[in-house]
Amino acid sequence: MSQTIVIAEIAKGAIHPTTAELVTAANALGSAPIVIVPCADTTIADAASAIQGISKVIALKSGLFAAYDASSWATAIDAVTPSGIIITSANPQSKDLAARLAARRNIPVVQDVVAIEDGNLTSPIYSGKAMQTVSIDGDAVISVRANIFAASAQGGSSDVSVVDATGDMATAIEEFLARVSTRLDVAEANIIISGGRGMGSPDNFSHLEKIADTLGAAVGASRAAVDTWDEISHSMQVGQTGKTVNPNLYIAVGISGAIQHLAGMRSSKYIVAINKDADAPIFQHADYGIVATWEETLPVLQASLSAMMN
Amino acid sequence: MPNIVVLVKQVPDTNARIVISDNRVDLSSVKMVMSPYDEFAVETALQHREASGGEVTAITVGGAKADKVLKDAKAIGVDHIVRIDCDSFVDSNSLQSMISNVVSEIGADVVYCGKSAADTGAGSTGPGIAERLGWASVSNIISATFADNVSVVAPAQGGNVRISVTLPAVISCDKGNIKVRKPNVRGIMQAKKAQVDVKSVSAPASSINVISHNLPPSKPAGKTYEGGESAAEVAQLLRDEANVI
Ligand SMILES: Cc1cc2nc3c(=O)[nH]c(=O)nc-3n(C[C@H](O)[C@H](O)[C@H](O)COP(=O)(O)OP(=O)(O)OC[C@H]3O[C@@H](n4cnc5c(N)ncnc54)[C@H](O)[C@@H]3O)c2cc1C
Ligand SMILES: Nc1ncnc2c1ncn2[C@@H]1O[C@H](COP(=O)(O)O)[C@@H](O)[C@H]1O
Repeated sequence: MSQTIVIAEIAKGAIHPTTAELVTAANALGSAPIVIVPCADTTIADAASAIQGISKVIALKSGLFAAYDASSWATAIDAVTPSGIIITSANPQSKDLAARLAARRNIPVVQDVVAIEDGNLTSPIYSGKAMQTVSIDGDAVISVRANIFAASAQGGSSDVSVVDATGDMATAIEEFLARVSTRLDVAEANIIISGGRGMGSPDNFSHLEKIADTLGAAVGASRAAVDTWDEISHSMQVGQTGKTVNPNLYIAVGISGAIQHLAGMRSSKYIVAINKDADAPIFQHADYGIVATWEETLPVLQASLSAMMN
Repeated sequence: MPNIVVLVKQVPDTNARIVISDNRVDLSSVKMVMSPYDEFAVETALQHREASGGEVTAITVGGAKADKVLKDAKAIGVDHIVRIDCDSFVDSNSLQSMISNVVSEIGADVVYCGKSAADTGAGSTGPGIAERLGWASVSNIISATFADNVSVVAPAQGGNVRISVTLPAVISCDKGNIKVRKPNVRGIMQAKKAQVDVKSVSAPASSINVISHNLPPSKPAGKTYEGGESAAEVAQLLRDEANVI
């Protein structure tokens, strides 16, 4: 069995729960992984040591990890990582790191893995219109999609060793640009409610925002909405030329379900569609479809969700 | 003046239906086009040339049929077109080693590519070749301006950042707010006459083998409701059946 190494997913200065899913993926490859925690503050690594099914934790400490820089992160992480199969999460930043690490070691990278069986890896290709299963001969770096593997249980107590990393930033950040909106980004959300051209006007997105606030969700949009209304920013766009998202719940409102939109959201765990046209293609992908206008549906949804969340 | 490279890949039109025969995707009757994000990479490369001078070389890795994507790039305005001859599946390690060898040979200062190819969806190639070349890289940029350094805007956790990139560097392009130019008649005429520089480059053997292609597992049919009032029931099911809220 190859050694496996999980690069912990860090968000907002803490171990992200996805890390426990990466451990399950490593276990599926047949070994208890070493978990590497890139951090500025090593106390966050304790949360990783509580994940069951791992062999040990390395807290890799450096001020470098305060802001992402592909080159210096890959150099620092590579230096403490033994040979084997390296597993990262599949958000854009981690995929970038995965590609760097693989290239550094002259080994291949397989991105967006959604299944592991007998050591073979399956990922979506052609925007999810087909699946590709590959075998790996030797070491590789793989990125694993969130919300697919069950999280490994808590309750472990592995050893944590602290290693200092150094490195230089190859790109210099000039400034952080204020985010256009202070709302949660679709790429970071576990629940997304998206609006399409069927919303009729950008002002009507306020109905989606209200529900998003109730659920702690992000608001997304179709390309037709982004292209038609200046108020709807491209950062909200889900799909082929927008963001690929993989939330637990995706609510599509007034979206027809064009293939390019599906490309960005079809792997969501649960999909709800609200559309007045019973023949809209989105309904073929919905777990729960509501054939009605959003005008009559959203107030009822809002009221029911508010009642539940209280 | 910068020596600029842009990577372009030929992929199935994103509207195409993907069919599988004998466990492999069958692209024989599919229209092939330039991968959508590569259009933004070409546009950014041309804007860089317009601001700083220099020349733009478009590179693709593919079989003879992929010459079409190079001709398309030529029609839009690149100066040189190069195809690295390779007609079979290769893993990221061999693909990137071929590309980085040719990029070094050309003596490029900057490489633009797409955020991800429409077929693989991987986003591995930009950061991968940067690592091999020992260059900086920035991924998924949504805008770029050109002075002594290239200044780009890219997403980061918590918002967008403006990053000053010192060349040499690899920059992968997202859709952003730029408009891509269309070929004009003169460009199309020039592209017809243009010669593709075909190179054969040795590369390490792939250690990834494709076992099968399949259609995505079809979801069990969902439940459908009529009328807005049903949202109350759906909300209950989201909590009690799906456990997602
Ligand atoms: C290369 C390429 C890339 C693309 N990339 C993307 C992408 O990244 N993301 C993306 O989304 N699209 C993308 N598209 C565009 C895509 O093909 C569709 O045009 C787009 O998704 C349609 O958006 P829509 O569903 O909001 O609009 P429409 O197709 O116009 O659908 C509107 C829907 O709203 C419904 N509706 C109308 N009024 C109401 C009401 N009152 N209540 C409820 N329902 C109502 C209608 O029945 C209809 O189904 C791309 C296209 C191309 C060619
Ligand atoms: N075979 C290829 N030929 C030319 N460019 C490529 C090739 N494969 C990938 N690229 C470039 O790298 C980008 C990302 O591809 P990928 O890493 O496969 O998602 C693409 O958008 C292209 O710009």
